[in-house]
Amino acid sequence: MDSTLVSLDRVSLFYHTKQAETQALEELSFSVSEGEFIAIVGPSGCGKTTVLSLIMGLLTPTKGSVTTRDGRQKMGYMLQHDHLLDWRTVEKNVLLSLEVQHGINEQTKQKALALLDRYGLGGFRHSKPAELSGGMRQKVALIRTLATDPQLLLLDEPFSALDYQTRLRIADEVYSIIKQERKTAILVTHDISEAISMADRVLVFSQRPSKVKSEFVIEIDKAQSPLERRNDPRFFTYFHRIWEDLDA
Amino acid sequence: MKTEAPSLHTLYLRRLRKREWFVRFMRIFVLLFVVTLWEVGARIGWFDPFIMSSPSRVIDTIARLYNEGSLLGHIGITLYETVMGFLLGTGIGVLIAIVLWWLPLVNRILDPYLVVLNALPKIALGPILIVWIGAGRASIIVMAVLISFVVTAVTVLAGFMETTDEKQLLMRTLGANKWQIFQKVVLPASVPNLISALKISVGMSWVGVIVGEYLVSQAGLGYLIVYGGQVFKLDLVMASIVVLCVLAALMYYAVALIEKRVRR
Repeated sequence: MDSTLVSLDRVSLFYHTKQAETQALEELSFSVSEGEFIAIVGPSGCGKTTVLSLIMGLLTPTKGSVTTRDGRQKMGYMLQHDHLLDWRTVEKNVLLSLEVQHGINEQTKQKALALLDRYGLGGFRHSKPAELSGGMRQKVALIRTLATDPQLLLLDEPFSALDYQTRLRIADEVYSIIKQERKTAILVTHDISEAISMADRVLVFSQRPSKVKSEFVIEIDKAQSPLERRNDPRFFTYFHRIWEDLDA
Repeated sequence: MKTEAPSLHTLYLRRLRKREWFVRFMRIFVLLFVVTLWEVGARIGWFDPFIMSSPSRVIDTIARLYNEGSLLGHIGITLYETVMGFLLGTGIGVLIAIVLWWLPLVNRILDPYLVVLNALPKIALGPILIVWIGAGRASIIVMAVLISFVVTAVTVLAGFMETTDEKQLLMRTLGANKWQIFQKVVLPASVPNLISALKISVGMSWVGVIVGEYLVSQAGLGYLIVYGGQVFKLDLVMASIVVLCVLAALMYYAVALIEKRVRR
């Protein structure tokens, strides 16, 4: 089977407001292979999130095409805010995705709840989200996404609403979860360090209308955690090169 | 340090409790004070009890109505009309809110009409109702429905609209359809709003029923009040109002009780 999970081929996207027509993307092309961890960085408002919406099928490109190997059922989306439903317990929040997709049965349910146990949230099954810290809530949101067993995770600045310390810690945890569950991931972030510390490959987007300006293959040891990777001497080299590309 | 902290806290709790008891005491005191002033004033001739009535005369009147066997009948009729008006008004109001949430375009088209309907004093429609439906109980219930459903629709719709787009986006990324978004996010998120709509709706139904009875009825508490006014029996008017107060309060607390259940 082809190892390419998603590919964008010369995708352009226009959107309209009362004031004007804006071109968000221009002839954007890239692809993601199975098992890869891709990070997308770019100046704010450059259409990073738009790319995820396109892949998810929430938007259709004006020109060009988005191809996915296994269809949209095999994708999970994680947003900046956890959006856990306050009136549901942690367990019920995790099962929400299965419920919605009518995929709930004993087996899928046990599998989802096992994820909670495995990642240290088993004791909070019957708690309400309000009783959890921001980092834990974001972990629950990830497990909610994982419950339907997606192949590809679309991460839309999932850590940016957390405070700095929590952010580093949760990035570590989320990274190890994604690796353990053998998921492919696309991370959109404005945080260069976060991108380098987590990704195999970093795509730098240009100003609007965006295209891929440059691409960095991160060759820091993948067995290390994101936090450890930050100590690698090459980390700073990557940082400066990406920083320059963003700035120019 | 460890022994001191709880004692400070106990003091704080004691102060809190004291304040609570004071509030309760004062509430009862205000009632007793007004009732006493009213009674004493009537007896020593500060004002004319024929016009102002008095607590003892109110109680006498209620007792007389009860003994004649007509009190419960009047209460029953008014209560029936109010409950019907409340249930129908709330039901229709919520239904309209759901439809308008579901169809944003229709919502936009109908918005000015809803605003006008909300601003219009529904009492003005009384004569039309009498001509169309007849001078009977149905007109009264329809009046209550008219008054309560618009407010309910507007309040509930506002609650639905508060649900953030981001939560709906999340549901869409999970693959939810519109019905699932409504059922799993929008509706449960609006429960507090629904309950405050119920509370408003209860009050509005009372308004509708009493106004309706003013206009057309031959029985009910509203009828007693109008009749009492016409034949200058202020005792009857006051007695009916007191009974009305008690009923309205009971119904409001019933809704509040439901609220407690749901919020738990």
